[in-house]
Amino acid sequence: MYDVCIIGGGVTGCAIARELSRYQVNACVIEKCEDVCCGTSKANSAIVHAGFDAAEGSLMAKMNVEGNRLMEQLSKDLDFPFRRNGSLVVCMNKEDLPGLQTLYERGVKNGVPELRILSREETLAMEPNLSDEVQGALYAPTGGIVCPFNLTIALAENANANGVEFRFDTEVTGIEKADGYYEIKTDKGTVETRCVVNAAGVYSDAIHNMVSENKIKITARRGDYCLLDRSVGDYVSHTVFPLPTKLGKGVLVSPTIHGNLIVGPTAIDIEDKEGTNTTKAGLDDLISKAGMTVKNLPIRQVITSFAGLRAHEDGHEFIIGEVADAEGFFDAAGIESPGLSSAPAIGIAVAGMLRDKLDLAEKEDFIATRKGILNPADLSIDERNELIRKQPAYGTIICRCESVTEGEILDAIHRPLGAKSLDGVKRRTRAGMGRCQAGFCSPRTMEILERELHMGMEEITKSGGASAIVTGRTKSQGQEG
Amino acid sequence: MKTYDIVIVGGGPAGLAAAASAKKAGIDSILILERDKELGGILNQCIHNGFGLHTFKEELTGPEYAGRFIDVVKELGIEYLLNTMVMDISGDKIVTAMNRTDGMFQVQAKAVILAMGCRERSRGALNIPGYRPAGIFSAGTAQRLVNMEGYMPGREVVILGSGDIGLIMARRMTLEGAKVKVVAELMPYSGGLKRNIVQCLNDYGIPLKLSHTVVDIRGKERLEGITLAQVDEKGKPIPGTEEDYTCDTLLLSVGLIPENELSRGMGVEMDSVTSGPVVNESLETSIPGVFACGNVLHVHDLVDYVSEEAGRAGVNAAKFVKGELSEGGKDIPLIATSGARYTVPRHINVDKMDDLLTVRFRVGAVFKDSYISVYYNDERIMHRKKQVMAPGEMEEIILQKEKLAAYPDLQSITVKIESE
Repeated sequence: MYDVCIIGGGVTGCAIARELSRYQVNACVIEKCEDVCCGTSKANSAIVHAGFDAAEGSLMAKMNVEGNRLMEQLSKDLDFPFRRNGSLVVCMNKEDLPGLQTLYERGVKNGVPELRILSREETLAMEPNLSDEVQGALYAPTGGIVCPFNLTIALAENANANGVEFRFDTEVTGIEKADGYYEIKTDKGTVETRCVVNAAGVYSDAIHNMVSENKIKITARRGDYCLLDRSVGDYVSHTVFPLPTKLGKGVLVSPTIHGNLIVGPTAIDIEDKEGTNTTKAGLDDLISKAGMTVKNLPIRQVITSFAGLRAHEDGHEFIIGEVADAEGFFDAAGIESPGLSSAPAIGIAVAGMLRDKLDLAEKEDFIATRKGILNPADLSIDERNELIRKQPAYGTIICRCESVTEGEILDAIHRPLGAKSLDGVKRRTRAGMGRCQAGFCSPRTMEILERELHMGMEEITKSGGASAIVTGRTKSQGQEG
Repeated sequence: MKTYDIVIVGGGPAGLAAAASAKKAGIDSILILERDKELGGILNQCIHNGFGLHTFKEELTGPEYAGRFIDVVKELGIEYLLNTMVMDISGDKIVTAMNRTDGMFQVQAKAVILAMGCRERSRGALNIPGYRPAGIFSAGTAQRLVNMEGYMPGREVVILGSGDIGLIMARRMTLEGAKVKVVAELMPYSGGLKRNIVQCLNDYGIPLKLSHTVVDIRGKERLEGITLAQVDEKGKPIPGTEEDYTCDTLLLSVGLIPENELSRGMGVEMDSVTSGPVVNESLETSIPGVFACGNVLHVHDLVDYVSEEAGRAGVNAAKFVKGELSEGGKDIPLIATSGARYTVPRHINVDKMDDLLTVRFRVGAVFKDSYISVYYNDERIMHRKKQVMAPGEMEEIILQKEKLAAYPDLQSITVKIESE
């Protein structure tokens, strides 16, 4: 019997797992995919919001501002990339300027530090590629950008190092209340646990509704994105949001922590909770909307487009806490934007509730830090050569576009909760994330996975499940082997 | 730091031919840096034949063609390093490279020959909407999986783009027992060689749908199907023309992009049409002593032309090292217009050119019964009829030094396509 079972290995579930692992607890994370960070957490704007956007007094506002504050130290403790590049909300019409003031005042009430309203000149001085129409901006220096993959993976690895078990490829099919505990039915058998945490993203309504009569509804709200080549990654240096107007919410344009430029998202409510397909209408829409804030957006430099699903709750508020009619069952549901920014705070909040519920004592040997995958590019030439002498795999480049070495890929595969698929390697190392989109490196990465995990080539997948890359041998090879 | 007269980046067909000719031109200190585990570049996965008709007057496979040049390079005792990635080249020709035995190291070159080849345009660059399942490959990646690794990317195939690799892979996949349902091409003409359309599609009954593109991709884990639609003259899909195909594999052969990250890094001036460096008659870039040849310069159809071009780059690099690439003289710009998209070279110095100079270019559309015209200033001095010209087939003209030198006050040379 577990003390706590967390359903969902996204950034929210992993943050809760990590904070919970400070205590003497028997806990596990159940994830339906083959890896952590496979749903909403992998396909979003990768922004750490400052916190001026959420309604005053809301849980969203509180968690966002607190999560933003915590992110910097967390990025140092857990060794993932994060930078405060600052956010700008730009206003394109004189008559909308009062909207900036409203946003400013809301931000101040939410506790966002260092907010400032900028004149047109100040704004253009900070971002020369903004549209000539710009009238002014709200500047939030605490806004940041983060690697959502490595944030989630870092939280998971650290939780795992502190004893939290991870069960992958395990889908929850039902939850039953028993005498003082829960039976979680999965496609891999039943799991017994005293407490349940529902961090199931777009499925958090289904999980919640398994135990509660107070039904909730989560809508999958799809957002299309375009990612642009590094060569234009500095087209803007801050995260640029349009001020929402009567014409709509608009899309953001931002550098990513890895030096690309990201444009998005759209917002379309859909029925299919796996509906992560981009559409022509969506991509056209976001390109035209991005053009309203940034002039001459170099859209020909797109290297990939993708869509993510936000877990939109009808009331547009995070649902965090013990469910009234299900003792020991805790929701972390409706975690849509600013969910990524809020994750560190949600982790602490939910872990605190569990501590109180289960009367957990702190561990004496809690491991508070985690080392990420070594990036040889951060080393001096001498240090790098010393590394290659010891581990020659660091001398072989596998992904040319992102200069990822075999050494990094081996580390990604062999560390705890290591990569098992091409996407697993990609999210950990960036191999395949560059401008050729894995054209060169995927056969080579497959060979490494085959060798290191003793898998057949036919078993190697893009992202687990039925996503095998090759379907069998060629005729000539088939005859030989 | 070790010093070489010539460092060649890339050991594919361009690098090999450049190395051999530089050596034969009297340069002993040459180093080829190759990132793969063997010399030969992309030819190693091109196991079909049809290479070398111009160079060797016989049909060779890709590895056989490469083998001829590799043999020469080895016989000439030219130094090369395999599994070695060039990380950076500085403007003053310090080459930083890395491999597992030597680690990161630097060499100083007197001349550099850029011969890095090209890469394939990806799905992302086309911004095709839909899901992102397994089963979508660039044609070259699929070719590597089939020909080098011995694995099938899938069994039911749709190919987008009629570039040569896509056409070759249509045949290859068919021979391996896969069903190639259709090849779709966005443009109203194929991007590949005529002979490949005949030998790879027509001979196997594979339909080629011109003015069509993929407008949707289905399948959450593995590809399950795609939707094709006809496009208008602007390349926009025409509503109502959508057609669904079930398939587990989508191969993309939608263009090649010269791999010039190193060139850009060292500050070489680039041509926005070719995505390769701007070069002069000596195939020298805007940085003196830095030469470019092969697909890094502009994408070729035939490896024979790559070898020929690279040979010239090697000779000129040798001349540069020996101080024989004379200074002075005037650069005359070559202007491509009216149907001609670009020229390589972009400018020529008559004093420095050979007696005959091949200028290569591509047209931007299909032209029938039209003329290639060359103007010196405003005077037409060449007018050659061609039955068919298409973007998929490179064209050439030959300039004669004697004629150019005799032309008074030459300001520009213009290449254009004329209907009469």
